[in-house]
Amino acid sequence: MTRGSARRSFLMPALWIPAALALALLGLPLVALVVRAPWASLPDLLSRSEVIQALALSFGTASIATLVSLVLGIPLALVLARSAEWSVVPRRVLRALVTVPLVLPPVVGGVALLLLLGRRGLIGQFLPFTIPFSTSAVVIAQVFVAMPFLVLAVEGAVRASDRRFEVAAATLGASRWTVLRRVTLPLVAPGIAAGSLLCFTRALGEFGATITFAGSFPGVTQTLPIATYIELQRDPDAAIALSLLLMAASVAVLVSLRDRWVPGLTA
Amino acid sequence: MSLSASIHAVRGTFDLNVHLTAEPGRTLVLLGPNGAGKSTVLAAIAGTVPSDGTILINGRAVSDEETARRRVGYVFQDYLLFPHLSVLENIAFGPRAQGVARPAARATAAGWLERLGIPELADRRPTQLSGGQAQRVALARALASGPELLLLDEPLAALDVEVRDDVREELARHLREWGGLTIVVTHSLDDVASLAHDVVVLENGRETQRATVRELVRSPATPYVERLVAAWRED
Repeated sequence: MTRGSARRSFLMPALWIPAALALALLGLPLVALVVRAPWASLPDLLSRSEVIQALALSFGTASIATLVSLVLGIPLALVLARSAEWSVVPRRVLRALVTVPLVLPPVVGGVALLLLLGRRGLIGQFLPFTIPFSTSAVVIAQVFVAMPFLVLAVEGAVRASDRRFEVAAATLGASRWTVLRRVTLPLVAPGIAAGSLLCFTRALGEFGATITFAGSFPGVTQTLPIATYIELQRDPDAAIALSLLLMAASVAVLVSLRDRWVPGLTA
Repeated sequence: MSLSASIHAVRGTFDLNVHLTAEPGRTLVLLGPNGAGKSTVLAAIAGTVPSDGTILINGRAVSDEETARRRVGYVFQDYLLFPHLSVLENIAFGPRAQGVARPAARATAAGWLERLGIPELADRRPTQLSGGQAQRVALARALASGPELLLLDEPLAALDVEVRDDVREELARHLREWGGLTIVVTHSLDDVASLAHDVVVLENGRETQRATVRELVRSPATPYVERLVAAWRED
């Protein structure tokens, strides 16, 4: 005991310096953003029509992407959570497929989406309509990068929940569908909520895959992060205002997730 | 009205092979040490673990039915009350799952709460219940689903010793009032003494004695029962 704490206190000064540097690196940029923000002209900047347009487009597409992720991602999370009974190879392939978008550079995701759904893409060549550089492309790019967050959060929650509640429901006469709807999903509701928030924030901040696959057309594909990047060259004050807006959205999510266990990401 | 169950289940090196019969109004207690396969028998009857054999509930073969269609009420050792539902909603779950409209299901549930003498618990969450209350709610939930057979797995094991005797007497009364086919699993002779009409002793996956309570106490057939009876007499 005493020896351990003695050693720890000896180590502390040596740790403090890099730890403080790390904190500075993480925190100071945000401080700079807040300090340098053109607070006086902020209302003006944020009420410009192109800003409102980008804002509406971003929140609209991120909401749709989150909905799509919920509809497709919850079943995937359930399959993934139950795949413990499978043999090793298909289970690992499935898990890798879900995890890849988390570590893949988003711009690569955008290129890959173009090669699949572009006009000459693997599937795109057979489609009677064009997907790239449309608002749908924005949503697809966002789903690609953001859905894994939801899937992993829900999967972790399903794994952590006691399956015997499902057995109990079955003995009461509940069909599999009823068990899913009235027991399994309600029990993992906190995981679904946390996963949706993470998914929404990731979709809201999506840049690389979106600009690659959907481009930057004001009102059609120019989301907040893309508008921020473009404004930085034309009107830095507007870019700062947009950045503040995105930061506020992120902080809001962080606060609502505060103290809440997000199993898929911590496990 | 009867139960006839031949159950054969193999799990690794454990081999369970028993035949049970039960009649309504005569509670059958499955007595045995830990690991004897008692809970597996219940799970096999409920269809929550795979098993071979034939299970006839009131002449209806249920071995190939899914759990949900077997009409077997199950009171779990730790009750497994749904934590996201109120007490009333827990009890209404069975009727709801079987297609009863919400108001009627809630009325049924309220009726069961009355019968078990706990109407004031209706709006509580399971986490706000004492052990004895949770056990009664679990019993009400199982009975409200309209089972043809009631299974209770160590229904008193999760309770504090001080309240166990009262809750046991209460449970015995409710089982008498219900009067249907009932199997109770336990490793306690106290439970046998107040709940059982017939006893089947299960050791290492096999029946080692079948008796009434009186016969069991008077002439134990195995060292396990002998030890149990001796310890019980000392109390």
